[in-house]
Amino acid sequence: MNDLISVVDWSRWQFALTAMYHWLFVPLTLGISVIVGIMETIYYRTRSPRWLAITKFWMKLFGINFAVGVATGIILEFEFGTNWSNYSWFVGDIFGAPLAIEGLLAFFMESTFIAVMFFGWKKVSPGFHLAATWLTALGASISALWILIANAWMQYPVGMVFDPAQMRNVMDSFSDVVLSPVAIHKFFHAVLSGWVLAGVFVIGVSSWFLLRKRAVDMAVSSIKIGGWVALAGMIGTMWTGDGSALDVARVQPMKLAAMEGLYDGGCDQSIVAFGILNPSKSVDNDEDDFLFSIDIPYGLSFLATHDPHAFVPGINDLLSGRRINEQGDTFYVESFADRIAIGKKAHEALRAYDIASAERNEAAMAAAKATLMENYRFFGYGYLDSPAEAVPPVAVTFYSFHIMVIFGGYLLAFIAVVLFCAYRKPGWLSSKLLLWLGMISVPVVWVCSEAGWVTAEVGRQPWIIEGLMPTKAAISDISAATVQTTFWLFALVFTAFLAAEMCIMLRAIRKGSETDYENTKD
Amino acid sequence: MSSRDTHTGRSNLFVRVYRFYAEGFRSMTTGRYLWAMIIIKLIILFFVFKLLFFPDILSRDYDNDEDRAAAVRRALVERGR
Repeated sequence: MNDLISVVDWSRWQFALTAMYHWLFVPLTLGISVIVGIMETIYYRTRSPRWLAITKFWMKLFGINFAVGVATGIILEFEFGTNWSNYSWFVGDIFGAPLAIEGLLAFFMESTFIAVMFFGWKKVSPGFHLAATWLTALGASISALWILIANAWMQYPVGMVFDPAQMRNVMDSFSDVVLSPVAIHKFFHAVLSGWVLAGVFVIGVSSWFLLRKRAVDMAVSSIKIGGWVALAGMIGTMWTGDGSALDVARVQPMKLAAMEGLYDGGCDQSIVAFGILNPSKSVDNDEDDFLFSIDIPYGLSFLATHDPHAFVPGINDLLSGRRINEQGDTFYVESFADRIAIGKKAHEALRAYDIASAERNEAAMAAAKATLMENYRFFGYGYLDSPAEAVPPVAVTFYSFHIMVIFGGYLLAFIAVVLFCAYRKPGWLSSKLLLWLGMISVPVVWVCSEAGWVTAEVGRQPWIIEGLMPTKAAISDISAATVQTTFWLFALVFTAFLAAEMCIMLRAIRKGSETDYENTKD
Repeated sequence: MSSRDTHTGRSNLFVRVYRFYAEGFRSMTTGRYLWAMIIIKLIILFFVFKLLFFPDILSRDYDNDEDRAAAVRRALVERGR
């Protein structure tokens, strides 16, 4: 058992490492492709050599990021087949179909139109080139759509029927999977956060030019485009974040409780604006949740339900099944102990099905299947040893969520100030403080973006598929030593590639500013 | 258009596409480093990681889907005990 936990932990660390490396590149691709599209559109309309040079400069940085980031996601699919084979089989075509569509789209759409973007200047018409640039941006977003649909299904499994003969979840409604509200909010939240990241990246790089008093006109023009894209992305991210909060409150209430470090919920529930968790607090004791906190009254009730007086369950409420309705009456739904008992009934039925299947006893198979399906909704709970095992790591979930929100708030203010300066107080763009903030904001936006994923993925633990399969059931029968070896190999290789990207990117920035633009005037 | 014209047109299209890519690759500057990195990365991913460390366990250990389903069922039943 200890070895199994070790394999699970190492496999989770490995997946986290590779996914976080992958997400270093993806949001920049999603956002900067849009920024380049806007810049080229301005060039197309004005035919100004200044905008051509600006477009080419940012297109080069897009290309570097795309080239270094390409195929980093393949590793995740390797891990599914090796480390998570039970899971891979169990999800069946639900996970496979979106990933296959993503692979085809990524390959055909992006590789075709990226070639036109980079090789097509002077070889195709300006209109065709512009179309290729926008189709590349669209292709990147569509690729992300299918990945995020697959991820959303893991958080909110819908549109499938479990077949014990195949041991797979079989898709019975493509539209339910694709149009799941969790998928829609997740897609727009992730893609628009990429716009914010890329916009801040453009502002940061342009700030560097302004600090060095080089390519000033290009930098100011870029800041305006980057700033608008970042602001549009930020507004969209906040809007879809609100939708995601409603989803989480409805379909993953334990994650929401962990995001807020809330053990005992209530009506008129406040939200923690800033807080330090009490490290001694657990579900087994009555200690205070926080050492220190600043709360916003009614905030969590409003965030979770859009009703400032609604009941929001805490971790202990969820474990016990306690709820309070709109009239203020307390009632109970299945406790987690009940869910574990129901899950174990489902396991017994699956065991009976397995025996009946080996004996080819059709009647017994049908009876076992009926019992299994009756109890299937809590199938994953049968793997838990105690209700407390269903509580995610509260500290990681709480701090990552609050880092995302606090950094996001800072970025919103920063983007607004930068845009104000660019249009109303251009002289302030020479302020060293503002320009340094611009450069510092680049790592801040990446931390913010990664923190969002940490919240989403750590907050849903112990589930790999919400309620149906915990990570410890999903893991393959492999040794921890193998996973440790590949973990360190990945860390080494991916860090080397990241360092290489940064070197090439920095060299392109220095070189680009000198050769691409400064000799090009309208 | 005769079949010969169609054939010639198709050949021209392939030639034009080939030239488009060939000239594009030849004129690259930073792109050369990037392509070198991509090729090195793909070699590491597919010929080192995939071949040596990341077999598809169920495909490797079982011949057909029925056996794979049975193996997963047994594993999930055992984990639930």
